Amino acid sequence: MAQNDSEIRYLTPPSVEIKKKKYCRFKKNRIKYVDYKDPEFLKKFLNEQGKILPRRITGTSLKYQRKVAQAVKRARHLALLPYVTDLLK
Amino acid sequence: MLNQYETVFIATPVLSEAQMKETVKKVKSVITGHGGEIVHEENWGLRKLAYPIQKKSTGFYYLIEFRAEGELIAKLETEYRRDERIIRFLTFRMDKYAIEYAEKKRKKKEEGSSEKTENKVEE
Repeated sequence: MAQNDSEIRYLTPPSVEIKKKKYCRFKKNRIKYVDYKDPEFLKKFLNEQGKILPRRITGTSLKYQRKVAQAVKRARHLALLPYVTDLLK
Repeated sequence: MLNQYETVFIATPVLSEAQMKETVKKVKSVITGHGGEIVHEENWGLRKLAYPIQKKSTGFYYLIEFRAEGELIAKLETEYRRDERIIRFLTFRMDKYAIEYAEKKRKKKEEGSSEKTENKVEE
């Protein structure tokens, strides 16, 4: 059973995508406050349906993820951001 | 203890300019009347809403930053609820990062308006 990997025939070659080191953009350029009034910045943290992206995708740290979530909910309350939409970008 | 607050409210677009000013004056009188002190205000004017509120898809946005006692907020919010011209409002207490951010933005705007070229200031 030494070289069992050679027996496994992949239909498609496993695409090993390069592991991009995720970093928390708030810590990197020392942003301390997430403003709920500019939707353009908040859109970076929403997907197409307008839902908040999870930390594992955006790589933000927990402290700032909560601030972003709070800001997005306030922006939605003020109709700066939609609650649900398609093709937000 | 005087905290700093920021309130944004949306008025129905069906208002004329005069009525809009009158609504703003009423809100400001509530704040200054009960011992609040207005730091800064911004009129964003007519903007498209992301989703229709009360069957309207645009609204007059107005932002007021003020310093006040804690219990003034309850009065201000009952005022908002009583006034049917205002369809949505949000007040929030600014922590020190928010205050610093607001000041920086204001300085940037003054700088921007005075001389055009200025680098991309970090948020």
